[in-house]
Amino acid sequence: MSNTKYILGSFADPDDLMHGIEKLQANNISIYDCFTPMPIHGIEAKLGVKPSRLPIAAFCFGALGTTLGFSLLYYTMAYDWPMNIGGKPSLPLPNFVPVTFEVTILLCALGMVATFFFRNHLFPGRAPRVMDLRATDDRFILAVDARENTDHALVDSLLKEAGAVEVKYNERKYVSYE
Amino acid sequence: MGTHNHHHDYNFSEQYTFAGTAKIVSLVAVVLGVATIAYGLSTGDTTRTFANLLLMGYYFACVCAAGAFFIALQMVTQSGWSAGMLRIPQAMASVLPIAAVVLLIIAAGGIYTHTLYHHWTAPELFDPNSPHYDALVAGKSAFLNIPGFFIRQVLFMGTYSIFAFIIAKLSYKEDLEGGLNSYKKSFKLSAIFLVIFGFTTPIWSFDTIMSLEAHWFSTMFGWYNFAAMWVSGIAAIVVILVLLKKAGYMAWVNENHLHDLGKLMFGFSIFWTYVWFAQFMLIWYSNIPEETVYFYKRWEPEYKPWFWLSIIINFLSPLLILVDRDAKRKQNIMLFTAILLLCGHWLDYYIMIMPGTVETDRGFGIIEIGTAIGFAGLFTFLVLNKISKHPLAAKHHPFLDESLNHQI
Repeated sequence: MSNTKYILGSFADPDDLMHGIEKLQANNISIYDCFTPMPIHGIEAKLGVKPSRLPIAAFCFGALGTTLGFSLLYYTMAYDWPMNIGGKPSLPLPNFVPVTFEVTILLCALGMVATFFFRNHLFPGRAPRVMDLRATDDRFILAVDARENTDHALVDSLLKEAGAVEVKYNERKYVSYE
Repeated sequence: MGTHNHHHDYNFSEQYTFAGTAKIVSLVAVVLGVATIAYGLSTGDTTRTFANLLLMGYYFACVCAAGAFFIALQMVTQSGWSAGMLRIPQAMASVLPIAAVVLLIIAAGGIYTHTLYHHWTAPELFDPNSPHYDALVAGKSAFLNIPGFFIRQVLFMGTYSIFAFIIAKLSYKEDLEGGLNSYKKSFKLSAIFLVIFGFTTPIWSFDTIMSLEAHWFSTMFGWYNFAAMWVSGIAAIVVILVLLKKAGYMAWVNENHLHDLGKLMFGFSIFWTYVWFAQFMLIWYSNIPEETVYFYKRWEPEYKPWFWLSIIINFLSPLLILVDRDAKRKQNIMLFTAILLLCGHWLDYYIMIMPGTVETDRGFGIIEIGTAIGFAGLFTFLVLNKISKHPLAAKHHPFLDESLNHQI
């Protein structure tokens, strides 16, 4: 029993990577993940990645912003110390729109960034976890879980057939921990 | 990236055949419109008829001008996504000269019959010795006078038409010759066009619509009208595109392109609301009588429900319908929203025009619906006729391949 955890196919061309995905899928080999230095159109659909749930977070943070913005205005302008400004009612709804809108946008944007960082483990001071360093440079990496797919020779040959420049057998998941 | 894109063999030279139901229905609509106008004028509802004619004439010209703006914008931003559908706004822009002539005739007829622009066209308003002397309007006469009005109308719409004509011509030339020459030339022309368009459309709307109530003014009005023009232009593109696709044409335009149009329609509906609200709030807050008179009239019982309905249709509906990603990718939802927005901006123009023309004798009946149907038929007939004259795709457009691979 080998200690290989992940088999990484390293491609020099995104088209070859897409081709490799097709080949593996045609042979019922599950793909762990893909790492590319640039976005590739259509790769999510091909891998069957579920659509991001970030919009849901955006909506929740936006709704929170609306509530907080409006509450602040209501408390200060209408409840705690009502003031007569220009003869307008102390609850002048049209005036509240710009501030409420801005707070909505602000919390929505900050909340989305925070959610994204949280979900991707991108905290300040944390070293990013990378399965292959060249995936951030000029290589397109296709990772296969070596324990789920035991026929390593088949994986190797399929990746090479698809045009992989190099096939690695990694015993650690990440090459950069700290 | 070539190998993973499985292109069908699209026939980019395919041409739309304008015949059958589409042709008959649009011609019947034109006849209905003409009959309505004749009915309106013969029954003595001259003011109401001319107000409706101005509404639809201006709407028609605006949607066509938005087509020219769309093409110029895509050229200047070097957009790839829209390359496969440019023939639709191109056809709309090519109809602009006709729309311009129609609008000029309506304005001239309105001034001649004293039904439109009567706040500033009567000569006694400018005569200090006349009992009808109006110091406010007389002070604006350097800008607001009949020759100046027509010179600006001809100059603005003429310039838009000429630019649209040359850019369309370059695109047809590109079909035959290929190469990048046409594209580079249209890029330069589009950049010049956008500058001219940006500076002149606000003045165009000041002239055509804001001067109906010549005592009132708002610097936001130009952008407010631009937003309405742009949203309704995109909505018209969506309607034509979806109907052409349903008829089996333009197979290369898919849900990704529709999604982008949906985002534009959604985004600019919000932008419309933003300028609408900015104009409203500043006037409401400062509470100066000469400014609030505009909204006072629109909050009279006969206009108030329509005033709010316009906000619901033009802001809340696109916001709630199109906020979802999947909704923007479905033909039927997009078609429905586009038609809803076209109706909504009719209402928007209605609220802009009617209180300054028919005032409290507001009507909604045969004249309104008939005129709208007539102009919709005229627009459909002219645009579809234009589309049928040329291939449905600019097959040598440098970004056509990018458009085919567009994925969002």
